[in-house]
Amino acid sequence: MNSIQLSARQIAQKVRAGELSALEVLEDHLRQIQAVDGVPGSLQDLSLDPSEESKVHAFLEVSAQLAQKQAEQVQARVQRGEDPGPLAGVPVSIKDIFCVQGTTTTAASRILYNFRPPYTATTVERLQKAGALIIGKTNLDEFTYGSSSESSAFQPHPNNPWNTQRVTGGSSGGSAASVAAREVPLSLGTDTGGSIRQPAAFCGVVGLKPTYGRTSRYGLIAFGSSLDCPGPLARDVPDAALMLQVLAGTDPKDSTSALAPVPDYLAALQEGVRGLRIGLSRDYDHISYPDTLTGEMSVQAIQPEMNSAVRDVAEALARLGAEIVEDVPMPNARHGIPAYFVISRVEAASNLHRFDGVKYGYRTSAPVRGLSELYRATRAEGFGLQPKLRILMGMYVSAAQHSAQYYQKALRVRSMIRSDFEQAFDPRGAYRLDALLTPTTPTTAFRRSEVLGDSVLMQYSDQMTVAGNHAGIPAVSIPAGLDPLGLPIGVQFFGMDFREDLILRAAYAYEQATQNAKWRGVIPQALRGSEVSA
Amino acid sequence: MTPDSITPEMFAKLVTLAALELTPEESEYLRTELNHQLAAVKELSEIQLAEGVQPSLHGLDCQGSAPRPDMWLPFPNPAEILAQAPDSDGAYFRVPDFSRGEGES
Repeated sequence: MNSIQLSARQIAQKVRAGELSALEVLEDHLRQIQAVDGVPGSLQDLSLDPSEESKVHAFLEVSAQLAQKQAEQVQARVQRGEDPGPLAGVPVSIKDIFCVQGTTTTAASRILYNFRPPYTATTVERLQKAGALIIGKTNLDEFTYGSSSESSAFQPHPNNPWNTQRVTGGSSGGSAASVAAREVPLSLGTDTGGSIRQPAAFCGVVGLKPTYGRTSRYGLIAFGSSLDCPGPLARDVPDAALMLQVLAGTDPKDSTSALAPVPDYLAALQEGVRGLRIGLSRDYDHISYPDTLTGEMSVQAIQPEMNSAVRDVAEALARLGAEIVEDVPMPNARHGIPAYFVISRVEAASNLHRFDGVKYGYRTSAPVRGLSELYRATRAEGFGLQPKLRILMGMYVSAAQHSAQYYQKALRVRSMIRSDFEQAFDPRGAYRLDALLTPTTPTTAFRRSEVLGDSVLMQYSDQMTVAGNHAGIPAVSIPAGLDPLGLPIGVQFFGMDFREDLILRAAYAYEQATQNAKWRGVIPQALRGSEVSA
Repeated sequence: MTPDSITPEMFAKLVTLAALELTPEESEYLRTELNHQLAAVKELSEIQLAEGVQPSLHGLDCQGSAPRPDMWLPFPNPAEILAQAPDSDGAYFRVPDFSRGEGES
C-alpha cells in the first residue's frame, strides 16, 4: 500500500496505532514529489527539458531532512507509548510566505532569496507540535500578489495537475497543486482576497479561509494585514476540519488573533444539514467588470457550468433536508474588487517598506553613493513588477490629497459589504442564513500566460471570493464537478463569524452525498500513468 | 477621469517617494497598469453611502488577546538575526554613509 492514497486522518490514525511508520509515509510522499514535481523554481534562467512542461513544479524547496527528523520524533513517541498528536506522520507543505526555521523563506521574491528566518510561524509550530512532517515550501505569486502563481520570481511556476497548460490559480497555487498531485495530503496557505479558495477551486481540492483572527498571523510575511488569513488546503472536508482544529486559537504573539472558543470541527461534521438555511444570491451569478480605459462597468456572464454547479449543490443539500433560500440580496458584492484595489494596496505598500537591503535578504552589489541609493537600487533589483505596482498604487491612493477620494471611501464601502452579510445571517432578519452558497470563481482554470500582465483582469478573478475578506467572515471552497474540458469547478460557502463548523457541515454533507459521482473518480492528468491510477 | 490620470511627471515623483528606480520599459508598463487600476476604482466615487456609514479598518470587531505586560523579552539568539544581515560587524548592521548631496528619498 502506498500512503499517498490515504487521507490525513487515515495516516494519523495508522501512525498513532503503530500500524504505519511516519518514516514510511515520508518516503512515499518524497517519492511522489520526485515523480511528478520536476525541477524546483529557480532565479536562474534555466533551459528546461520539454518533459518539465508536464510537471507540477509545486515546490520551491523540499525539506527532506527537517521532515525526516520530525518523522523520527513521531516514531520515538509511538515507541514510548506517548500520543504523537492528531497529525502524527502527516506530510504538510507550507506556502513559502511563512517563516519556518531551517528553511529558506522567500515569499517567491528575489529580495528574500536567501532569507533564513530565525523563528517559526505560530501556525507551522502548531502543525509540528501536532506531529505533522513539514515536507517543503511551495511556490506562489511574488509576495502573494496575483491569482495564477505565475508572477513568482522563481521559475518554472506551478502548473495545474489537471492540465499542466493551465494555471493553478493563486496565490497559494503551489499549495493547491501539491495537494491535488498527492504530493501531500495537506498544505498551509493564506487567503487575502481569495488566495486559498481560488487555487483550491482551480485544482479540485478543498480550501478554507477561516474567520479573520481565527488563525495566528505571527510569522506570516504580511500582505494586507487587515485581510490576511492562514488556512488549510486538503483533499476532503474532514481533513480540512482536522487541520483547522490544529491551527485555530488565540496567540499571544498576534494581538488580532481571536479569543473566541474553538469548537470540535470534526465532531460538528456529523450533525448534517437538516434544518440549515442555505442562501443563493443572484448577485453572484455574474460579474461586473470595468473597461480599463473608461472605468465604465458592464455586467458579464460567468462560465455557465459555475451556476449549474451551484444549483446542483443546492439541490443535493435540499434533498438532505436543508432549506434553500433564493434571491438573497448582496448588492455590495460588486464593489469588492474596487475596494480591494485600494485597501489591499495601501496595506501592501506599507508592509513592503521594510525590505531595504539592510537587515536581511537581497542587497544590491552595484556601487552606491549612500544609503538612499542603496535602498533604491536594492528595491529596484529585488522586487518584481507586481510588488512595484502595488507599492505605487498604495502610495498614490493613500496620499494626503487622494485619501478621502480613495482610501477613506473604500473603508466605508467595506462596511457596506460587511452589512450585506450581517443582514443575510441575522437570526432575526428576513433571510436567517446559516451559509451563503456561490461559485468560487467566474471561470475554471485559465491558460498559462493568458491573463498574466493584465493586473485588472487578474484581480477580477477574485470577485467571488474577496467580499469574505473585506467582511472577515469564513468561507470554504469545495470541488463540485468538472467542466467539459475536464477542469475542476469549485463552489463556496460563506458563513458567520467563527462559524466554520456550519460551513464545513454543509460542505461535508454535499461531499458525502456525491461520494460515488462519476467525476470524483477522474484522476488529474499529472497523475495518470503513476501509482495512483494503477 | 481620463486614462492618463497619472502623468509621467506625477509618476516619476511617486517612484522617488516609493524608493524605487525603474527602467523605461518598467515605467511604461507600470504607469499604464496604474492608470487602468485607477479607472477600475472609479466606481468607488459613484457609490452612494447611506448616512452614518463608518469606515471599517477590519471586517469584524473581535476580541483579541489582551495586551501583554510591557516587559523586555530578549530574543534567545540575536546572533542568528545578525547572521541574516547583508553586512554587519557582528554587533551592528552596517550600511553606507548617508552622504550629503545624495538627494532625498
